[in-house]
Amino acid sequence: MNVTFYGTRGSLATPGRATQRYGGNTACVVVRGEDGSMLVLDAGTGIRAAGRSLGRDARRVDILLTHLHMDHIQGLGFFGPLYTPGMEVHVWGPASSTAPLDTRLGRYLSPPLFPVLLRDLPCRLHLHDVHPGEVDIGPFRITAQNVCHPGPTLGYRLDEAGAVLTYISDHEPALGADRFPAAPEWTSGWELARGADLLVHDAQYTREEYPSHVGWGHSSLHDALAFGALAGVRRLALFHHDPARDDEALSAAVEAALAEVRPSFSVTPAAEGDSITLSSVVGCSPLPRGAKGEST
Amino acid sequence: MAQYDVELILMRQLASGLSVPIVLFGPKGDVLFYNEPAEPLLGLRYQETGPLTADDAQRRVRLTDERGREIPLADRPTATALGRQRPAHAQVWLTAADGARREVEVTAFPLLAQAGGLLGAAVMFWERDAR
Repeated sequence: MNVTFYGTRGSLATPGRATQRYGGNTACVVVRGEDGSMLVLDAGTGIRAAGRSLGRDARRVDILLTHLHMDHIQGLGFFGPLYTPGMEVHVWGPASSTAPLDTRLGRYLSPPLFPVLLRDLPCRLHLHDVHPGEVDIGPFRITAQNVCHPGPTLGYRLDEAGAVLTYISDHEPALGADRFPAAPEWTSGWELARGADLLVHDAQYTREEYPSHVGWGHSSLHDALAFGALAGVRRLALFHHDPARDDEALSAAVEAALAEVRPSFSVTPAAEGDSITLSSVVGCSPLPRGAKGEST
Repeated sequence: MAQYDVELILMRQLASGLSVPIVLFGPKGDVLFYNEPAEPLLGLRYQETGPLTADDAQRRVRLTDERGREIPLADRPTATALGRQRPAHAQVWLTAADGARREVEVTAFPLLAQAGGLLGAAVMFWERDAR
């Protein structure tokens, strides 16, 4: 399983020189199975570039949405495969009691916000309302669970032949937990992340910023580290970077948190373009490009 | 050890922050949690008991009418919330695990997930002469 980051920013795209290192595109991660199957996690602005990486022979792609906040769906209409006749595109997103996924996505993908209607797309589009549970897509066994974030929001656990990626892009585990991080069974997302080879997890705020954002659905760096430790993950990629934090500030905040916490697992701030390969036998391989701020 | 659904986790968090006695039940009637204000009412301490099976909870805490007659399980608000997935309210006498007897009002409502499915019930107690 190969994991590539196409968008790591939270809330709002932040292009520019000050964010070149970690990237300015909003949430999008591409996962490729050993057979070449492609899954896209979230459809933030990073998905435009992700669409170009699809092989010419590809006939199917699956997009798993964690939730429908704008920074996770804004790029959807710019995903090239949607405009390829015959391409089978499956979009999976959290079920809601108010309306099916196509209705809720259609609020954005329709005039006046977007010129093309979902039903007019030339691809073969399939929309799936995801309930907590398991589903198999290609070589992946995918477990979805609701996680602590405003509105219906899913975290995903992807298992391919024993290699496990957990993706919880927007998550505030400290909010609902009892004596966080002390009681795993009362901690949102714990089961999804337990023992994962790689956890991609929200780390939007610093510890100092978090108290004024409690309930917004995001984690502090320290809470992301504590959650990774509680779940016993092998590697943590810090994700959903605050749009107000430039590269320099992000590196400094991560380095300070790591120096204080000294986690027993590998930690890196996710950066656009970085790839991580998870092996079904021996766990993670090293980052092929320079690991940034990594701690082991 | 399995993780509870996030809706239950959040309900517990809410209950932990309120002064109203609240008991959180699982879908099969097990007591998953009760908050601190519920402890004197039940005569129990969550730190000591942790979660309780339905049988254990019924053994420790009794619900009766004013004459001391046991209220049948099916007639209790919690049973309505879990069984019929409807809110329910009743005025009963509660005999705590420590033997104290109080007249209370009980309001139970089902916890139904956005994606469907019964997750449990939240039950609020109000001691009649408390406030």
